[in-house]
Amino acid sequence: MSSWVKSLIFGIIAIAVLYVVNAMMSATGFFGVGVNDYQGRLLVFIAINIILATSLNLINGFTGQFSIGHAGFMAVGAYASAYFTVTYGKAIEASFSFLGETGAGSVVLIIAILIGALVAATMGLIVGIPSLRLKGDYLAIVTLGFAEIIRIVILNIDAVGGATGYQVPGYANFLWIGIFAIITVVVIHNIVKSDTGRALISIREDELAAEAMGVNTTRYKVTSFVIGSAFAGVAGVLFAHYNKFLHTNDFQFIKSFEIIIMIVIGGMGSMTGAILGAIIVTLLPEVLRQLPDIQIGATTFKFADLRLVIFALILIVTMIVRPQGILGTMEIGGFFKRFRRADKDTGGLT
Amino acid sequence: MDTFVQQLINGLTIGSIYALIALGYTMVYGILRLINFAHGDIYMVGAYAGFMLAVALGFSSEPSAIGFGVTLIGAMAIAAALGMAIERFAYRPVRKFSKMTTLITAIGMSLLIEYLFIFFFTPTPRSFPQLLPVGSITLFGNATISTSQIMIFVVSLLLMGLLQWIIFKTKMGKAMRAVSFNLDSAKLMGINTDFVIAFTFALGSALAAAGGVLTAQYNPKIDPLMGIMTGLKAFVAAVLGGIGNIPGAVLGGLLIGAAETLVVGYGGHIGIPSTYRDAVAFAILIIVLLVRPAGLLGSNVQEKV
Repeated sequence: MSSWVKSLIFGIIAIAVLYVVNAMMSATGFFGVGVNDYQGRLLVFIAINIILATSLNLINGFTGQFSIGHAGFMAVGAYASAYFTVTYGKAIEASFSFLGETGAGSVVLIIAILIGALVAATMGLIVGIPSLRLKGDYLAIVTLGFAEIIRIVILNIDAVGGATGYQVPGYANFLWIGIFAIITVVVIHNIVKSDTGRALISIREDELAAEAMGVNTTRYKVTSFVIGSAFAGVAGVLFAHYNKFLHTNDFQFIKSFEIIIMIVIGGMGSMTGAILGAIIVTLLPEVLRQLPDIQIGATTFKFADLRLVIFALILIVTMIVRPQGILGTMEIGGFFKRFRRADKDTGGLT
Repeated sequence: MDTFVQQLINGLTIGSIYALIALGYTMVYGILRLINFAHGDIYMVGAYAGFMLAVALGFSSEPSAIGFGVTLIGAMAIAAALGMAIERFAYRPVRKFSKMTTLITAIGMSLLIEYLFIFFFTPTPRSFPQLLPVGSITLFGNATISTSQIMIFVVSLLLMGLLQWIIFKTKMGKAMRAVSFNLDSAKLMGINTDFVIAFTFALGSALAAAGGVLTAQYNPKIDPLMGIMTGLKAFVAAVLGGIGNIPGAVLGGLLIGAAETLVVGYGGHIGIPSTYRDAVAFAILIIVLLVRPAGLLGSNVQEKV
């Protein structure tokens, strides 16, 4: 079977699955089978976090540039697109009314995503060109600083609600969020497997050697930063139009840390690792929420209140016991591929 | 002019606190090349330790210099012990791993301390008891300086002097400088590097805790998340002065504090609203790093191939 047929079949199956899950989230469910609002919300956040984690993984995991300001680009995408939909959403919906309500809403969402990605990419370029000259810790701190400045500037723009928050129309549903999560994963996977990806990985392994081999390191670093930022912007757009409310508190540097934690727990430089990390970081606090209360003497200890403490402990213990994350740079599928394509030497990179 | 002097006094007050915290960041970075993200939270722990001590020992009822001194030293001791414990149980096991791992461990430690304090003390701010007699001195016409501000200047100057003495005049300080110069060579010379690193953490944490208690006197509202922004700005101060450089950390702290207060006071005239207060430090940081990555007083290190 040629590869495009495979891709097509995979795409159709993926969209069908997303469609069914999306239908399950509606009030009537999918032929009576449904998930409740809480579960639906978790699925949506897993998908959004997958976009964030895989896009940050391109910068941190594959290019080896330590950015800790990803939430800033997410905020840029979210606010830029939200301003667009609040201002022009209704008008565009009206002009595409022949597509029906859902169709017109989807058109608005897709335009919003393009705008969010473009604005976030531009911001990535503006931040990336000067700061990617720095290395290691200094780069980390500058990206953190830029993200905080972005957040504080947005907080002071009254047109997008400022400190009171911003009401956004809810154009995004799980179907679209899932589709864009898959698009993100596929695009970043293909980038990593391409010539560009090889160049990025060579920068991660040894920047000086890469430069000596003729890789234009600055250009590639900025490219990966801009692409990563664009997808962070997409995640922001989807978050804004699903959550229907934006506040700059959602984009504090703790959010950037959360995304870092996802890729570190999953394994830096592993696509499936980033996805796994996104799922774990989204679900773990919710699982810990189920912990029972324990009665000792007269006082009751609510273990559920300790969930974030336990979360932090798990993070520290993971770092001590398995610093390369759950998967390291391996992929989940890579284990089987090793047997199937034993003749193909991948040069140690999976 | 009076208001300018007043703004400057207030700015230098906050700046001294930043400087105290920045010293801890810069010492740990100088020795381990680790950004100790939990350091800002140790400053918070210091404030809470002071609060608990002052309440438990009954200093809150009557302001006295002795009560303040005991609270300050007690809080510094508790924080020093905590700093050493963090180093021993979290940072030492990951010291040999990659930079990313140590940084994530530090972030995890920071989250752990914050959430533990939220769990035990609830997120509601508490008001720190007044330990010093309230009063103020008038300088240059209308500018005033309160007792708590005087205390901040006096105590931070004393502590910085003490630190300078420890680092440049004692054997321990010599060992610290040796370890920061080259850890492996220091070990070969028979220096107990683990102990030196633990001592550095204790020293830095004690300074941060002093900052916490002093801030709580000046602005008596403490909450479990108070260390995040202050810690970040103090770190910015350390980078601004040249990370690993002790006078640089003090200079950076004072500059950030003054710049921040002046923006709040005068930014309105040049179109910067006072709500940009928190952005000032980061803007200065970015400009400095792009123009002079080694910081104001740091020496440029050539990359070895």
